[in-house]
Amino acid sequence: MGLFTFLGGIHPYDGKELSKDKEIIDYLPKGDCVYPLSQHIGAPAIPIVKKGDLVLVGQKIAEADGFVSANIHSGISGKVKAIEPRMTASGMEENSIIIENDGQFKEIDFTKNIRPLDQLYREDVKDIIKEAGIVGMGGTRFPTHVKLSPKNEEEIDTIIVNGAECEPYLTSDYRRILESPEKVIAGLQIVMNLFDDAKGIIAIEDNKPEAIRKMEEVVKDIPNITVNTLKTKYPQGEERQLIYANTGRTLNSSMLPADVGCIVYNVDTIVAIYQALIEGRPLYERIITVTGDAIQNPVNYRVRIGTNTQELIEAAGGFTVENPEKIISGGPMMGKTMFSLDVPIVKGSSCILCFKEDDVSKEEPSNCIRCGRCTKVCPGRMMPYKLADLASHGQIDEFLKYGGMECCECGCCSYICPAKRHLTRMIADTRKQILEDRKK
Amino acid sequence: MEQMMKISSSPHIRDQETTSGIMKQVIVALMPATIFGIYNFGIRALFIILLTVGSSIGFEAGYQKLTGQKITIYDLSAALTGLLLALNLPSSVPFWMPVIGSFFAIVVVKQLFGGLGQNFMNPALGAKCFLLISFAARMTIFTYDAVSSATPLVSLKLGERVKVLPMFVGTIPGTIGETSALALILGGCYLLIRRIINYRIPACYLGTFSILILIYAMATGRGFDISFLMAHLFGGSLMLGAFFMATDYVTSPVTSMGKVLFGVILGILTFLFRIFGAYCEDVSYAIILGNLLVPLIERITVPKAFGKGAKE
Repeated sequence: MGLFTFLGGIHPYDGKELSKDKEIIDYLPKGDCVYPLSQHIGAPAIPIVKKGDLVLVGQKIAEADGFVSANIHSGISGKVKAIEPRMTASGMEENSIIIENDGQFKEIDFTKNIRPLDQLYREDVKDIIKEAGIVGMGGTRFPTHVKLSPKNEEEIDTIIVNGAECEPYLTSDYRRILESPEKVIAGLQIVMNLFDDAKGIIAIEDNKPEAIRKMEEVVKDIPNITVNTLKTKYPQGEERQLIYANTGRTLNSSMLPADVGCIVYNVDTIVAIYQALIEGRPLYERIITVTGDAIQNPVNYRVRIGTNTQELIEAAGGFTVENPEKIISGGPMMGKTMFSLDVPIVKGSSCILCFKEDDVSKEEPSNCIRCGRCTKVCPGRMMPYKLADLASHGQIDEFLKYGGMECCECGCCSYICPAKRHLTRMIADTRKQILEDRKK
Repeated sequence: MEQMMKISSSPHIRDQETTSGIMKQVIVALMPATIFGIYNFGIRALFIILLTVGSSIGFEAGYQKLTGQKITIYDLSAALTGLLLALNLPSSVPFWMPVIGSFFAIVVVKQLFGGLGQNFMNPALGAKCFLLISFAARMTIFTYDAVSSATPLVSLKLGERVKVLPMFVGTIPGTIGETSALALILGGCYLLIRRIINYRIPACYLGTFSILILIYAMATGRGFDISFLMAHLFGGSLMLGAFFMATDYVTSPVTSMGKVLFGVILGILTFLFRIFGAYCEDVSYAIILGNLLVPLIERITVPKAFGKGAKE
């Protein structure tokens, strides 16, 4: 059988062997937890607790401000210490709720949230998901309930669970599939039932045969869910590429997956939906991979959102070298470098990646030799060298004509460039500028 | 904790391949032809090669020092240009000519237009054509086994029959690097396997040229003459041109469709120059002319971005 795939893409060293056989371990924070009010795309949440309040695990501490926004729940029990700006992984200060950890982890009564599935209307299910504060946990951080309410509800026919995990080093989705496949299926079925005749697809790259086998075993008696084996290639898990690989449907940057009848969820997001409906638990924990050659014991943690990054690294045995050159929040292709470890894990944190040596600063960018490698690997089928050239000369009209806005910033062009040019950055900066200008 | 961490935008990993790595592999791929050239034309060929490579590197470093730029000779592009130029020269040229050629290739064609990646024509071919026009006589005397003799292509032009096997192996008069089709094909295959070059340009170039030659052969009463085709394919600098000159990144189209178009254009031009032209330097002129068309070719072959044109 031909594998599902797309045109372009790269095959970087995937580093997954560091952590792929490490079972998920529960990690309970020892120190205080910090909850930035903006852990999602859209308006920041509004705090509903004040300094001195006592909170429990699972208690809502901030409320969504409007439709495109998300609730935030505490992952620990303790006292609200302050509501003040704190540094986040993006390097910006954001208004955050700081909770002093009492070490008790006293929970609210989750059973009160549970209602039998067969007595729920579709709108009720969406409300529960919204209430649970679930956002896209693959890193897009898009509020999940918004995706569930497309304009063309009747045209949705495919729900894709993104288990590609094409980012090197990440193993959290893989472990999740391996350890609780039934939760993934149950979560997927909940979403499928929201639409009249949606079928489910679980898409996994072929470098994870155990996960594929496990999933196939679980779905073999379920007629409308299939497991699709994807060719291992970055960025196979990028939404548009994933939809194309699985359904042959193409969409451009100005379209949403729903426009071609698809909804795509990350594995962890689907499990969060399961937990919200079946266990009554809002989103207050996630799976995160702590890995890289600078980490003593690479590991997959089930961690409370709000946990301090420094604390988590120490729990993983600390660094193997005194000064790791680069710490990344997320994967090596699209993650962000951190300059402080005193930042909290948020809903979208999939990985803490620590490198002894930094690949990027080793070599200076030199002249483009027009070798065409960037054009070959670009999953958006653009000409990155040309776009970067136009971007650096400020030729916005030409930039748009060459399809610059279609860039998904996957990083393939910068990765492959033999002249070590920062193509992705040049294109991304110009895109950002254009988007901001349009807002004005 | 006090420590310095490096900050940069994503991606944070890079492929191993570098510009100098690519240049190095092309130089390796040229080694069979280079070594055969030295074997075929003797020690004088080696001197010409060393002189051209050395002076190319020298001119690049000198120019960059003079204009206060970063010296980039370690990317090996100047060395490669020098080698390609040497392979395009007859071994009998006086020693001052390679130096003038290197100057023209490196300073005039490459550096004056902005250095690596900015030149609009292949520096080595640009220099070769410059030398051809300036010193036509010295550039077209081919000494072989101590006597000056006509290349098979000239004989072919005069309507004589030529032996194909020596042309394939390379034991014929010609420039240092062009004579052995075997050595060049070997190097070309290495580049294809290592994915340094794409098959599109050489395949379309040689394919178009072959079809036209066969049509010509049939039209002129030779019939479906395979040995006539072989003689044309292995004659002159076609193999050197198709695998090493036309595929030069800087002066060939980046787009896939552009590569096809570029190859076809080169095939047509080479055919026209070879059959109807007075010169035997058809390949060099065809590629130079093709180089000038590259920006145009690229403009009309921009690929459609993913998802563009889908129902919106």
